[in-house]
Amino acid sequence: MNLELVLILVVLTNLKLLGSSRLGSSIRTVGVQGLLLGLLPLVAGHDLTARVWLLAAGGAVIKGVMFPWMLMRALRDAEVRREVEPFVGMLTSILIGIVALGASFWLGHRLPLPRPAGSLLLVPVALSAILMGLFLIVSRRKAVSQVLGFLVMENGIYVFGVGVVQETSLLVELGVLLDVFVAVFVMGIIIFHISREFDHIDTDRLSMLRDWKP
Amino acid sequence: MMAFVHILFALVLAPLLLGVINRTKALFAGRNGQPLLQLYYDLAKLLRKGAVYSRTTSWVFRAGPIAGLAAVVAALAIVPFAGTGAPVSFAGDLVLFAYLFGLMRFFTVIAALDTGSSFEGMGASREVQFAALAEPVLFLALAALARRTGSLSLSGILGAVTPSEPVWALVAVALLVVLLAENARIPVDDPNTHLELTMIHEVMVLDHGGPDFAFILYGAALKLWVLGALLVGVVLPGENILLSLVAMLALAVVVGVIESTMARLRLLRVPQLLVGAGALAALALILVMR
Repeated sequence: MNLELVLILVVLTNLKLLGSSRLGSSIRTVGVQGLLLGLLPLVAGHDLTARVWLLAAGGAVIKGVMFPWMLMRALRDAEVRREVEPFVGMLTSILIGIVALGASFWLGHRLPLPRPAGSLLLVPVALSAILMGLFLIVSRRKAVSQVLGFLVMENGIYVFGVGVVQETSLLVELGVLLDVFVAVFVMGIIIFHISREFDHIDTDRLSMLRDWKP
Repeated sequence: MMAFVHILFALVLAPLLLGVINRTKALFAGRNGQPLLQLYYDLAKLLRKGAVYSRTTSWVFRAGPIAGLAAVVAALAIVPFAGTGAPVSFAGDLVLFAYLFGLMRFFTVIAALDTGSSFEGMGASREVQFAALAEPVLFLALAALARRTGSLSLSGILGAVTPSEPVWALVAVALLVVLLAENARIPVDDPNTHLELTMIHEVMVLDHGGPDFAFILYGAALKLWVLGALLVGVVLPGENILLSLVAMLALAVVVGVIESTMARLRLLRVPQLLVGAGALAALALILVMR
């Protein structure tokens, strides 16, 4: 397993996410991506110290196991239709994903790191994950998909962080992991409450929640 | 010399690939299946028959099968096999390669339209729709390969393959999807179905009979061989001709396994599959462009 292979697989999971129409398979895809990200610190060419192992194990367990489990539970409790129901169709989503990928490669070359990272792919892949996550958030109707988009964005930041992990302290990375954990935990509960209150988790209908005007 | 041996192999062995596919499917279904050489028997039978032409058809209908077969034989002359260069090779022949298939499809389609049957027109419309999506995938994949190897001819590209990089795997998967779509195999079209509303390729050739139909069947077998040779060349470089032949048969088995384990996609989902393959090819191109 080398670094480039893992990064390309991360991009492929992102594209799969843009093209899949089922919430369950989307959640599993994010889980696979989490496991890949857990692998990332080990293959990024750092010295395999205890902190790198801790980061890898923490990332894999939280991103690859805990998040999918919590989201699956939220989906089960919410009892909604398991379709993604995008605003933008699957085909257009994939094409936009490709454009975002091209843009991030273009941008990545204009943002050189002060110290060369393990791979030239690192910055573009991180940027493309952030862009695709953002796109998932704005283009999907269900609250669960938006949590997934948030996770993909965070994964992009994580890819970038792992690339320069010698520089940042372990405490920061673990703190971020913990923050995201709490965020997803809270979002799971919120999804449940939204669906109990309104019988659906379509976020576009939240715009109707405004003061009554005659 | 070796290049012409490949053409001889292709001309003789191409119908065998379909036999292997059918045998694999029969094995999965628990049947005995047709003999491996069934297509040869069919071809021999059809060539001995006479053709019947409808009075609504014109010369276009008769030209279709012949032009299609000629186009695919020309494509066969461009594609290299087992590391030896093709008999015809020049910079940019990959564009000719792609459009020879376009020519073949064009003649199949206008021959189908020439019958004046709305049913065949429907098949033609679907065929063209999916081909319009499969062609960019083929071009993106070939562009990635051309950029990676710095060569614009298929012989040059397949002579410089280094399949250990991830790029080649992406291209290979994209090419496999193109192969399935172009040859009307299962996730896109079901070659066995005669359920009229779902078939694409089969419906266009319903009115052909006798030697014309033999040309069409043989042309389809050669098309599978040509695209298969391209895919095998990408996955398995090397000069060993025996190994490459075994790889072609293995590819036929893989196609058979895909057909046995997958359901045919709904017509609406087919563009998603092709655009997905296009995404893989585009990713490969972006990776080699950086």
